[in-house]
Amino acid sequence: MNIPSSITTLLIGILLTLVSLWYGQNHGLMPVQASEEAPLIDGLFNFMMTIGTGLFLIVEGVLIYSLIKFRRRPDDDTDGPYIEGNIPLEILWTSIPAVLVLGIAVYSFEVYSNIGGLNPMDHSMAHGHQTHQTAMAMPGSAIAATLADASMADPTTNNQQVAEAATQDPATAAVRDESIPQRKDALSLGVTAPRLGSTPDKQGKLPELVVNVTGLQFAWLFTYPDTGVVAGELHVPVGQEVLLNISANDVIHAFWVPEYRVKQDAIPGKQSELRFTPSKVGEYPIVCAELCGAYHGAMKSKVIAETPADFDAWMESQKLASGDRFDRAVALNSSEKSTDEFLSPFVSSWGVNSSTVQQLQSHQLHSAHVHPFAS
Amino acid sequence: MTQVLQEEAKVPGQGAVPEKRNWRKYFSFSTDHKVIGIQYLVTSYFFYLVGGLLAEAVRTELATPEVDFVSRELYNGLFTVHATVMIFLWIVPAATGAFGNYLIPLIIGARDMAFPRLNAVAFWLIPPGGLLLMSSFLVGAPGSGWTSYPPLSLVTDQAGQAIWILSVLILGTSTILGALNFIVTILKMRSPGMTLNKMPLFCWAMLATSALILLSTPVLAGALILLGFDLIVGTAFFNPTGGGDPVVYQHMFWFYSHPAVYIMILPIFGLISEILPVHARKPIFGYRAIAYSSIAISFLGLIVWAHHMFTSGTPPWLRMFFMINTMVIAVPTGIKVFSWLATIWGGKLRLNTAMLFAMGFVSMFVIGGISGVMVSSAPFDLHVHDTYFVVAHLHYVLFGGSVFGIYAGTYHWFPKMTGRMVNETLGRIHFVLTFIGFNLAFLPMHKLGLEGMNRRIAEYDPKFTTLNLVCTIGSYILAVSVIPFLVNMGWSIFNGAKAPSNPWGGLTFEWLTTSPPPPENFEVDPVWTIGLYDYGTEEATEVIKAGPVLAMAAGAET
Ligand code: HEM
Ligand SMILES: [Cu+2]
Ligand SMILES: [Cu+2]
Repeated sequence: MNIPSSITTLLIGILLTLVSLWYGQNHGLMPVQASEEAPLIDGLFNFMMTIGTGLFLIVEGVLIYSLIKFRRRPDDDTDGPYIEGNIPLEILWTSIPAVLVLGIAVYSFEVYSNIGGLNPMDHSMAHGHQTHQTAMAMPGSAIAATLADASMADPTTNNQQVAEAATQDPATAAVRDESIPQRKDALSLGVTAPRLGSTPDKQGKLPELVVNVTGLQFAWLFTYPDTGVVAGELHVPVGQEVLLNISANDVIHAFWVPEYRVKQDAIPGKQSELRFTPSKVGEYPIVCAELCGAYHGAMKSKVIAETPADFDAWMESQKLASGDRFDRAVALNSSEKSTDEFLSPFVSSWGVNSSTVQQLQSHQLHSAHVHPFAS
Repeated sequence: MTQVLQEEAKVPGQGAVPEKRNWRKYFSFSTDHKVIGIQYLVTSYFFYLVGGLLAEAVRTELATPEVDFVSRELYNGLFTVHATVMIFLWIVPAATGAFGNYLIPLIIGARDMAFPRLNAVAFWLIPPGGLLLMSSFLVGAPGSGWTSYPPLSLVTDQAGQAIWILSVLILGTSTILGALNFIVTILKMRSPGMTLNKMPLFCWAMLATSALILLSTPVLAGALILLGFDLIVGTAFFNPTGGGDPVVYQHMFWFYSHPAVYIMILPIFGLISEILPVHARKPIFGYRAIAYSSIAISFLGLIVWAHHMFTSGTPPWLRMFFMINTMVIAVPTGIKVFSWLATIWGGKLRLNTAMLFAMGFVSMFVIGGISGVMVSSAPFDLHVHDTYFVVAHLHYVLFGGSVFGIYAGTYHWFPKMTGRMVNETLGRIHFVLTFIGFNLAFLPMHKLGLEGMNRRIAEYDPKFTTLNLVCTIGSYILAVSVIPFLVNMGWSIFNGAKAPSNPWGGLTFEWLTTSPPPPENFEVDPVWTIGLYDYGTEEATEVIKAGPVLAMAAGAET
């Protein structure tokens, strides 16, 4: 087989390239981009789509062409030509995928770095420091010393310390299942859980908003360490970098906002982190992407991205409401309720509303951290 | 000079011979590799139908956004058992067990496998393992997915979960025993003159597969035994409440289960490399490239497992390591695809059912391969992990790849196995229905995943209704597609036209003996004379014409 070099080949090649380039940009497969990370991921996806479309068209084109052109004629019993191989051609098509893969790898690496994948250290330190300040400001907090130690001790701040910092925040501690110990650090460079660090342009800066996220069967709870507010929906101000400290109370869950293009597992006993910057006002679904039990499909919430002014107003209203929240909460004895009864509020509303949060909170506080669905 | 002995087909077994009709041997502890191969094949097709029924139940539930067909708990049980059946009771036993056992001794010119009794033991572990798994529906099927991640697997449906662990351990043991046998048989029992670099490509694929099985399956066994301890005895290897680390389970699990996808697909690559040249009437293009790329895939396959854990407990720098390793696998895989295309190019294609499925395999596998490179990109995977994009990807690889390949193999070797030809019309109907149903069922899942539909859910956001309905209709077409197949198989075994020993004009050794082959495979030991893929040469044409039974004289000079 010789590499065909006629004009038609050239024309087909150009056409193929144009179609791939067009489809790579116009596939319309992704939802809206609502975070600053989303365009980066989508750029990468479009790039891979372009290459993928090209490869797809070549392979299917050759197959369909062969199907028609090289079909055996009824009267022809001879064999095809005896061609065993062609070294230059084989080298060519070994190097083509190699180069394409290299291109995808470099681009992926670049995007990964730009969404903060390569700055975990910077991240932890910034975070430890942040929580430290928060904790100092918090009335009745006896943990400042530990935290100060943690952030001073070692530049490679480890997961254990980050985890302690996050979970000792009173609001978070209230919703956390303490029967699950935080793991001591395992092998690996100072971290046992994955995180996206700060993006290169924000390196060394503190995240503008820290939210502690707890996943439990079958709801998300969001606690704001700066204010002690607990919510069942995630409110974030647009344009500010948000850092989520993610943990789980029972089984593994995964925090995913499709419109933000980011996902991170919530692993019981481990702290994981996610950073992103919301870029668009609106409400987007928060989906649990890791199988977590019978109601996994119903474990939904939403992120509400607001203007900073709206966000502040919301925060104020929550602070007022949270004063009497615990008193108003309905004490709920889960052992007397079936899973369905307990969950009806989640399921009917396709998510978690504030009254559910109160119930959950009271459940967490009053039922000695027993999981209703775990047994 | 090579002395070619031509014999008339006086060997019993040419067509309908009463003793061949002895179906009881297929239910006995036979040590004949051909019987064992067919036992594997029929058993795995049985479980394929079971897994298919479970899939239809899953898809029926997903036809509407609400949970209205089965309960949530049952739904989780359905897709868990669906996946477990499809992997451990269908693809692996069909690809390695059935074709490995049936073909390997024949194509290397041996009389049986190296350890025939071990072989029978390996097979007879499968039916009890499978029935055990099915029995879990009686006590509450395991509902934590075929991955059975703790802590979820420790807190839901404990009885079902324990059964699942035991059953997968039994099936894994069977695979390990089979792999040992393949390695020894391929390395030690090739006919004289058949060097490694001359043996059929299916043997290369099975060598690579068996090495993977031996290296990785024990790790899965380890993970499952520890999980079993956590579940039954209450230890805390993986249970965070006792200080265990659930992520360690994921590492151990994927150390097996990533290679497992190559355990499923490599033998199929081998089958396709055998089928395409015969029906394209051209030598396989780039023999060495295809052979060595199998080994490369096998090696690389061992070091990429953490790409399943990009969103889980993988530290940031490690994500990059696994991302790049994973992408590198695209190179040997690309070599194979291009070599297959070049084999087809310029040939004289005989478009019978086997060839259609083989070409269908190439065209569908490419889609799975492309989406595979996409998900290997860590930042992109942060978006699509555990979504329907992944469900689409894995079905393009496992259904479009493995199932199309197994169908191709079934049609290609059916005359050899049974001494009868299949009905090509029914075969083509089967192909067309499968192809359409498959794409309808799985193509839309890519979009569903990208748009935000997560995996393993019985209820979904109503905005995904239309595409899900299309998927469900596609899956019904797939279900219907097996009817012409089953009818064809059932009818052809008894009433198909008698098959000559070499109906396709193949050059590998199995075509040199009768259809079906006699108990010891060959009258006299076959000896190498021309290349196994030398289609298009005069010698090949002669050798093929010289049939029906052509055996090389034992000890002939070459
Ligand atoms: C009629 C054909 C099939 C249909 C309609 C079908 C459908 C499905 C669906 C809808 C799921 C997703 C379940 C969920 O996420 O809730 C699934 C999962 C899966 N299927 Fe299939 N499938 C079919 C054939 C196969 C075959 C041939 C294999 C071969 C190995 C296979 C392997 C799997 C695996 C490994 C999963 C993953 C399950 C999990 O997430 O734990 N399926 N299938
Ligand atoms: Cu969840
Ligand atoms: Cu979930």
